[in-house]
Amino acid sequence: MSTTTIANSDVELNEEGFFVHPEQWTEDMVPELARREGIDELTDAHWQVIRFMRSEYLAKGMGPTVRILGKTSGVSIKELYQLFSKGPAKTAAKIAGIPKPRGCI
Amino acid sequence: MSDAIKKVSIIISKGSLEGIYPGLIMANGARAEGIEANLFFTFFGLDAIHKARNEHIKLATVGNPGLHFATMAGGLPGVSTVMTYYMNHKMEKLDIPPIPEFIEMIADTGAGLYGCKASVDLFGLEKNDFIDQVQDIITVGEFYEKAAGGQIIFT
Repeated sequence: MSTTTIANSDVELNEEGFFVHPEQWTEDMVPELARREGIDELTDAHWQVIRFMRSEYLAKGMGPTVRILGKTSGVSIKELYQLFSKGPAKTAAKIAGIPKPRGCI
Repeated sequence: MSDAIKKVSIIISKGSLEGIYPGLIMANGARAEGIEANLFFTFFGLDAIHKARNEHIKLATVGNPGLHFATMAGGLPGVSTVMTYYMNHKMEKLDIPPIPEFIEMIADTGAGLYGCKASVDLFGLEKNDFIDQVQDIITVGEFYEKAAGGQIIFT
């Protein structure tokens, strides 16, 4: 666990870089968090996925899997992997300030 | 993290439900972690990518001690069908997709899907017999070329 400054606020991240306290996250941290994941330019589709992850987490207490994302976020699985090449659910969860989705599918 | 796995090539050699799913789950899971993945289907594993057969993959109820019931019972007509139905139902509840959908999804993640040439020739099949997501029918030598620099997993 370590404290890092993102968009002028101190946040606590775990060893893998996920938010320990999702409530510390704000939308203006997104560009910097995305850059840390190698995404320099955020498109509308990126935002759509990030906001979807966040709202699913707030509603259900956990982030969706890639399959659910592909079915319900409005972005196809093919496109998800183009947007987040290091793994869509994992990367988008990091940027959306929510815990790593756990699931084998 | 310099020793993290960056690439896997997974061989699926069996045509039963329990022979196909583990390789698919590993390939899909690899892509979800940002790991490059190839799937190579050989021998009866080819059924998983066969257009007419991949919707009818069955659980092996004979010669499968893990099921914990008598081999003779497993061989009765209809038992494999019923057990397959039961297993599919359980997996659906856990959000595990049916094999055809799962393979399509894995192709969409950017994983490579390949058939084994020796097996395709052995069974008298051709590229047209397989789903469109199959990129190519390749030799074992070509498989090793594609697998270079990564881990190989045989299932």
